[in-house]
Amino acid sequence: MERDERKNSVGIVQTQYFTFDSLKLESEESFGPVVIAYETYGELNKDKSNAILVLHALSGDAHAAGIHEGGNNPGWWDALIGPGKAFDINKYFVICSNILGGCKGSTGPSSINPKTGKPFALDFPVIGIGDIVSAQKQLIDSLGIEKLLAVAGGSMGGMQVLSWLVKYPERIRSVIPIATAIKHSPQQIAFNEVGRQAIMADAHWNAGNYYGGSLPAKGLAVARMIGHITYMSDSSMAEKFGRQKKDSSQQFKFTADFEVEGYLRYRGDNFVKRFDANSYLYITKAMDNFDASEGRPFQDVLEGAKVKALVIAFKSDWLYPAYQAKEIAKAFKLSGIEATYCEIDSTYGHDAFLLEVEEETHLIAHFLKKVFYGYEVTGNYGK
Amino acid sequence: MVNENIRLDHKMILGLVDPRSTVLDLGCGNGELLYILIKEKNIRGQGIEIDEQAIYKCVAKGLNVFHGDIDTGLAEYRDKSFDYVILNQSLQQVQHVDKVLIDALRAGKKVIVGIPNFAYYVSRLQVFFRGRVPVTPSLPYGWYETPNLHFLSISDFISYCRLKRIKIEKSIYLNERRDIVFLPNLFAQTGIFLISSIIKDPGKNDYTGTFDKSAIDTWREMIYFFTRDYSDLVIDEVVGENWAQGEKFFA
Repeated sequence: MERDERKNSVGIVQTQYFTFDSLKLESEESFGPVVIAYETYGELNKDKSNAILVLHALSGDAHAAGIHEGGNNPGWWDALIGPGKAFDINKYFVICSNILGGCKGSTGPSSINPKTGKPFALDFPVIGIGDIVSAQKQLIDSLGIEKLLAVAGGSMGGMQVLSWLVKYPERIRSVIPIATAIKHSPQQIAFNEVGRQAIMADAHWNAGNYYGGSLPAKGLAVARMIGHITYMSDSSMAEKFGRQKKDSSQQFKFTADFEVEGYLRYRGDNFVKRFDANSYLYITKAMDNFDASEGRPFQDVLEGAKVKALVIAFKSDWLYPAYQAKEIAKAFKLSGIEATYCEIDSTYGHDAFLLEVEEETHLIAHFLKKVFYGYEVTGNYGK
Repeated sequence: MVNENIRLDHKMILGLVDPRSTVLDLGCGNGELLYILIKEKNIRGQGIEIDEQAIYKCVAKGLNVFHGDIDTGLAEYRDKSFDYVILNQSLQQVQHVDKVLIDALRAGKKVIVGIPNFAYYVSRLQVFFRGRVPVTPSLPYGWYETPNLHFLSISDFISYCRLKRIKIEKSIYLNERRDIVFLPNLFAQTGIFLISSIIKDPGKNDYTGTFDKSAIDTWREMIYFFTRDYSDLVIDEVVGENWAQGEKFFA
């Protein structure tokens, strides 16, 4: 299957870096200079009307599609971005921006603090989803794009989508929030908190000052394991692992006996190689603090926004249950935003937004066509 | 120009809707009706549909549609959010007809209801001669697979509106090919009604409700009186306790 996908691949891509002097944070603090990593796919048209901003989830990065020179890792949304795919790069110019506070090329707690010459660690300012979006807006400004055709993303990417809608409604023509929420429920905060506690309980964490020494690898791995449990569903786990045991001979007690244990350990250990524990703390906190409705009814916040919306949820997603997406759709409905809501019948759990390619492609491709060409209705009678 | 391929009930509904109005189609299915209304009448439309595959077809047509059921999807709308709320061939499939209709009349200035007529003469003949639940073009399902929860006739709907003080502004009766003027409850397969708000303030001068109720009660009592006496007698004396035998006996 992967070979087939390559045929419609974006091809070789390169991460780019945008630097700007200063960002005013929601805490009123000024922060800078800031670097934001991003990638682009396709061509920006003459009137710059075909640009789509794609936003990643908690552990994602700017590499959404194609492969890097010499590498063979396709981007995290490669199935949806490419020629003839949902985000068709023959028609659209797709930008994927990494987030402020991350560790994938953008400024974050692991970046060097110009004042001290050492990594920021916990001197990095507290940031919100709104700050992440403010930084992205500077990037979009620098590309000379007045109005984005669409802003799309799943999970935390969807939160950024909602933040874009609230902060800069005049800069976007449509939004595609997927498997996301206006604000986190206590359950969602609770899972994040357990992850944070696992990191902070690791002796190597050392109040965030671990750079150059031993990493809080165990803590971060446990945080990631918890994450992975919440991204799957009961049935997708049963299908993937069953109660299958690994065949390794037991050397000591409490090895990873079951497939699922092995998988979680593998995922956890792997994550440590590519992600910074402090970034994990900062970003999960930004998610927990996020409230697109600003404590008001969300439809009141949206009043006057002239955008079209496609809201997608997944039936088996228990981390971001469909009722949360429905609340988004309901607020759109009440604020007069033209919206479509679909709950895709998937068993993949929260991961579905990365995996349910066919359904998402159908919904997104048709929706974008409608927004881009500016007419309401397509097709023929009797269809 | 209205396309000739349009389904007759859609064509009739098209005639009821003012140009450039706003429409909420409850149970919009594949979105055919909304699509035609947008094309022909330049309306602003929104659909609600429970079936996921139908949602995909709506999206392919460029329609705005919400995935959800009618029973819960309607309550969220503010009063008079739409010029028209349409329930075409979907009212008989909702759980709480009363609640949905009242909500539809609240959310829409006018409501268009299309129902399959259970009292169509073919249905009646099927029940009478074959002794089977009717299957007709407007009620095309077997008893074991029907999505319909409620079965009603044109007369049922009219008397319901009277009872609930809902104003029927227009009614259209159809069979598969044309509209029916003569004895619609007998000859029409489909009834389409344009209804508007409940007649408010049922003051002392308005006895329609109570009169209807007492009349129905009287009939009910009479029917109960006769059926009860006869059935008791027959079952007790002739059939006894053996139902299986009894069935054979009567067949």
